[in-house]
Amino acid sequence: MKFVREFRDGEATQRCAETIAREARHHWTIMEVCGGQTHSIMRFGLDALLPPAVELVHGPGCPVCVTPLELIDKALVVASRDDVIFCSFGDMLRVPGSDGDLFTARARGADVRIVYAPTDAVAVAHKNPDKQVVFFAVGFETTAPANALALLQAHTAGLTNFSMLVSHVLVPPAVAAIARSPTCRVQGLLAAGHVCTVMGYAEYEPLAAQYRLPIVVTGFEPVDILSGILACIRQLEQGQFVVENGYGRAVRREGNAHARAMIEEVFEVTDRVWRGIGVIAESGYRLRAKYAAFDAEVRFSVEDVGARESTACRSGLVLQGLIKPNECSEFAVRCTPENPLGATMVSSEGACAAYHRYRRRAMGREVDA
Amino acid sequence: MCLGVPGQIVETKGEEALFRGARVSFGGILKDVSLACVPEASVGDWVLVHAGLALTVLDEQDARQQLDDLRRMIELEDELSDELSDELGEGEQERGA
Amino acid sequence: MSGNDAGGKDTGGKARLDVQLSCPAPVGTRDRVVLGHGGGGLMTNRLIEDVFLGAFDNPWLGTRHDGAVVPLGTARLAISTDSYVVSPMFFPGGDIGKLALCGTVNDVAMCGARPLYVSAGFILEEGTPIEALRRVVSSMQAVAREVGVQVVTGDTKVVERGRGDQIYINTTGVGLVEAGRQVAPNRVREGDVVLLSGDVGRHGIAVMSAREGVAFETTIESDCAPLASMVQGLFDAGVDVRCLRDCTRGGVASALVEIAEVARVEVEIRDDAWVVEAEVLGACELFGLDPLFIANEGCLVAFVAPEDVAKALAVMRADPAGRHAREVGRVMKAERAEVRLRSSLGTSRVIELLSGEQLPRIC
Repeated sequence: MKFVREFRDGEATQRCAETIAREARHHWTIMEVCGGQTHSIMRFGLDALLPPAVELVHGPGCPVCVTPLELIDKALVVASRDDVIFCSFGDMLRVPGSDGDLFTARARGADVRIVYAPTDAVAVAHKNPDKQVVFFAVGFETTAPANALALLQAHTAGLTNFSMLVSHVLVPPAVAAIARSPTCRVQGLLAAGHVCTVMGYAEYEPLAAQYRLPIVVTGFEPVDILSGILACIRQLEQGQFVVENGYGRAVRREGNAHARAMIEEVFEVTDRVWRGIGVIAESGYRLRAKYAAFDAEVRFSVEDVGARESTACRSGLVLQGLIKPNECSEFAVRCTPENPLGATMVSSEGACAAYHRYRRRAMGREVDA
Repeated sequence: MCLGVPGQIVETKGEEALFRGARVSFGGILKDVSLACVPEASVGDWVLVHAGLALTVLDEQDARQQLDDLRRMIELEDELSDELSDELGEGEQERGA
Repeated sequence: MSGNDAGGKDTGGKARLDVQLSCPAPVGTRDRVVLGHGGGGLMTNRLIEDVFLGAFDNPWLGTRHDGAVVPLGTARLAISTDSYVVSPMFFPGGDIGKLALCGTVNDVAMCGARPLYVSAGFILEEGTPIEALRRVVSSMQAVAREVGVQVVTGDTKVVERGRGDQIYINTTGVGLVEAGRQVAPNRVREGDVVLLSGDVGRHGIAVMSAREGVAFETTIESDCAPLASMVQGLFDAGVDVRCLRDCTRGGVASALVEIAEVARVEVEIRDDAWVVEAEVLGACELFGLDPLFIANEGCLVAFVAPEDVAKALAVMRADPAGRHAREVGRVMKAERAEVRLRSSLGTSRVIELLSGEQLPRIC
């Protein structure tokens, strides 16, 4: 058992798709919450295996998509300081703020470094005692324990030159926001497997009941995703709406107690702005007051740096599956991947960026900005 | 979001909870990974790693179960469709590889 | 479900979403050079179009090849230049010197030429150990001897400490193209077979393993190797070679996309056709990278006439750099100038150039 190859098996994947085609008697709209799942669906072309009756809509689960402009702007201010080494996951370096991205900051002289793990940033702080080392702590629940660990290690070591710029978001409040919308089209949900590895799935049980929404905790390989869709379809066809765990090898109902304890120690729940959606109550983490000394926003006085997202952007509707990207009046007119007005045009996993590429190909230069 | 990659522990090091780590093999390359969230993990275990942290010990039995269930479902469907086509008297159920 | 079913469906009523599998990557307009401009993707192309093509407008530059074939008297000369700034300069399986010689010699060979002479320019940082320079130069000479080229002229400049990274090298190579030989994208036609000479992604992963921030332990070595004798072998065997490209920066995917775009053909490749070493795959999974976009330094794609496939594969496999040579795809009836990847699941998607270089990702 290698835990990957077995779940990419071509025959099993195709047979799952055939079973879905046979069992789906009605039209169903299913949202995969996680950008990683979107990635797999695109990479393996899984949507092409599904019958027309099953429609996939892509959820808000891409931290790069939803990190608010304001936080990118704060990152740019902090990173541009002479005394700072700014460490980040590779994903965040190309996300545009109001005035360029972190690569631009680097080109202007900022010391911006890509790290694989948040604890690598702590190591950078140890090695550079005369510099301030700041880690850009973004992500969903999956990434929170790794970020918490880095902070706890720095705290234990008594490091005074390490801090974090925190922009953590949480999946269940976003799912609830989407399900609550009166025009919600989503009928079934593939919950993000790795988020549930950390947090478990008990939180989703009231959501499934309240919004009569089948929720299947789903992994990321082709067999996992199609099995998740199949489980969802079966519930929908039978009129059920419960939480099922389709990713048992990595997810227990209670999640990982050690990871949750570490998150609990370091972070507390707060309201967060989601790029393209707006403020969602209690949808993120911030550092607890006892770790305020590690808060880069405080340390570098960037709490007041603000930025205004374009009001023309309707990506919130796109993220909820309410409109298709090409139904937005700004689509491919003022809003392009090179000059995005909103979240979903920013990330190549975003629905607008995907449509933009498809439409441009289909219609030649017609929609070229 | 949230790339999580299975790897196998080849060596553990350190004792103190926050700093316990492992050398983990991903298809043969070795990377240091924190075991702070999986104190029960030991050499030979497969762990799911995200951003340098092992998030869980993967459950091999469950993985086998999932694949077995799927295989059984496929076999069952094949039997059913064989019976069906026998009843219909002609093999309409065409199936490519 | 057969492959045809899936193919029919995805051009059918359902919207087909072609997305680039790196997150996120708007190709912004920029007023400064950023690292992505050196990644061999869309940003590199844009820089070339914006700054260089306009200034140096001529038909050779427009061919978008790694080298140019120019007339010189009655002969045809292939000329190619490349600069090497790899960090770290010593990496598993090679060093900057070996790379500088192989890379340029290979580019000349991809033009269908026999490489003959090379120039070498060195930009040295103050404080660089002479011993390191000696090692690098001796690696260059070893490759030159193996390939049968001479380093006939050179240049040395020293920059202040901190204004370089020890050793940068520029090499230019020239070679002769035999009369009547045409190796270029415009010779590619429907039915041609795409061959890949080696396994994928070793160079990029070997170099990455030694980099601060993402370092890991591996036995992978760079595939850095001269390909001139393999190419010569193809011609000697009488293979009708339509087009060649070494799959360096931007990997196999970028090489194929560039050929498809210039040749205006549709290329279909199969995702189970090429070889990727387990450790390369492991590193790609861990950092969320696509092996098809990882740099190689001893691997080429060859578009050959369908009747010559067996002959060509035999030649490639006889070469130490060609042990893993495979048929990976085919030139289809040209509807769009693009590269399609057909998966073993029977689905297909379009492969597009990345904007800059691939970055380790968490999502």
